[in-house]
Amino acid sequence: METSRYKVLQMRENAMHVLFLTAACASVLAVGLICIFLFANGIPAMAEIGLFDFLLGEKWKPGNDIYGIMPMILGSIYTTAGAILLGVPVGVLMAIFMARFCPGKLYKILKPAVDLLAGIPSIVYGFFGLIVLVPFVRNHFGGDGQSMLTASILLAIMILPSIISVSESSLRAVPESYYEGGLALGASHERSVFFAVVPAASSGILAGIILGVGRAIGETMAVMMVVGNQPRVPDSLLDGIRTLTTNIVMEMGYATDLHREALVATAVVLFVFVLMINLAFSLLKRKER
Amino acid sequence: MTAAQEAINRQTWKQRLKTYKRTPLSFVLLLLVCLSAVITVGVLVMLIGYILIRGIPHLTPSLFAWTYSTENVSMMPALINTVLMVLFSLLIAAPVGIASAIYLVEYAKRGNQFVGVIRVTTETLQGIPSIVYGLFGALFFVKALDWGLSLMAGAFTLAIMILPLIMRTTEEALKSVPDSYREGAFGLGAGRVRTVFRIILPTAVPGILAGVILAIGRIVGESAALIFSAGTIAAVPGSVFDSARTLSVHMYCLYSEGLYTDQAAATAVILLLIVIAINWVSNFVAKRISRG
Repeated sequence: METSRYKVLQMRENAMHVLFLTAACASVLAVGLICIFLFANGIPAMAEIGLFDFLLGEKWKPGNDIYGIMPMILGSIYTTAGAILLGVPVGVLMAIFMARFCPGKLYKILKPAVDLLAGIPSIVYGFFGLIVLVPFVRNHFGGDGQSMLTASILLAIMILPSIISVSESSLRAVPESYYEGGLALGASHERSVFFAVVPAASSGILAGIILGVGRAIGETMAVMMVVGNQPRVPDSLLDGIRTLTTNIVMEMGYATDLHREALVATAVVLFVFVLMINLAFSLLKRKER
Repeated sequence: MTAAQEAINRQTWKQRLKTYKRTPLSFVLLLLVCLSAVITVGVLVMLIGYILIRGIPHLTPSLFAWTYSTENVSMMPALINTVLMVLFSLLIAAPVGIASAIYLVEYAKRGNQFVGVIRVTTETLQGIPSIVYGLFGALFFVKALDWGLSLMAGAFTLAIMILPLIMRTTEEALKSVPDSYREGAFGLGAGRVRTVFRIILPTAVPGILAGVILAIGRIVGESAALIFSAGTIAAVPGSVFDSARTLSVHMYCLYSEGLYTDQAAATAVILLLIVIAINWVSNFVAKRISRG
């Protein structure tokens, strides 16, 4: 009697163990499927177009079967670089403010505000860009407003929450003794924060920045609404350009055959970019631990 | 800090000014830090302000009519679809995500190779841009499985997208359950399964819930992943294999058709309000963790 009950219990334990293990495999399966389907659909197109013609070609004319994504690669890199230039200083300083400067009461307002900034849908950001930033750039810098500069400003706003939250938590992880040591040596509050605490948190801050890069390069809808979407190599900050992401979303709706596959191949290039960024991010996070 | 410590550390404004006079760099740094805080908050206030000012005047009752037509681009079907999409995606992702987090925290042994693989894949999933998810949904669920542009294809695509979020937050919630709870349960002779379901999960519920609510926010805000997987038909679907546009996709369609910018602004207001509500609820729930 007792032994059979024990057996039933043991079986239940084992069954649940297997069930949990199976569930844990889901994410591995998902990544596997995503890789297989993207590469299986994208690589033949790259082969057909010619890898170098595809990656380095400066003309994107689906009507004439010319598929070169160099303008889009440059577009993605330029807008992301712009976003980093504008967003990182503000984001990191804001993280320092939240971790070391702001009084507790203010923090209770700021933290939800930053979380909210992270939660706003990209399409709403895009709309904000369209009604506020585009006219602003048009009136103050010239051009028609839909430009690389506009996209960079918008992306800088969108990556703020990622940079702030990762940097802030790494700043908070620095032992208090670093700060106190600074003070004890006669440094002011600002000096001990900036020259003792911040350097100790630098790898975490860098991880936050890399996370921001990933966000910026992958952002689609918001960028599409403000970037102009002309597939060309830009001459100035005020030129309209197209990024890898917007190239897909603009044309996927009606593309067929090789054109469609070329768009999937664009996604493959984007995917490889993101994988590299992810790798850098995980390596840095490991190092921090 | 005790009261005595505070008394020692207290600086008068005069003392502070003296410090800044001695090292102007400190003052500059202070200014920069405050400036960036003002910029961040200013941007958020401006964003919300402009959306509200632009959208609220166009928020008419007719926008909430039951059916969508080209004369009256009602957002009601899209709202209902959004709720459906949230339900279906969570139905798929929440059990899988919570179960895999349980495996990672409660079952896997330390230094298990497989755990490393799962960590790498969830980190990868987290970084994949939504448009790539959308494209994958179009290639796999819509074409390879032949579900067509449908609620189901969209829900599965989004489920993969929110899986890492749910896994991570559940993991953190499970880890925050003190080990003494486990030891107590084992000591009383409970098995692993009983311990997980009776002791650990009930304690971790607020944390798990906060993660699920954040996931709802992601689903509501998502548009790029849904356009090519769930499609853009503005009606409540008859079955799960019919196309359905959610509120974000609805807003994108209104904008891209070019005729309905005012209605798009009104939709933006609704989206913003939903997101604010979701964030508030998530914060509220998460606060209960620390309270125990």
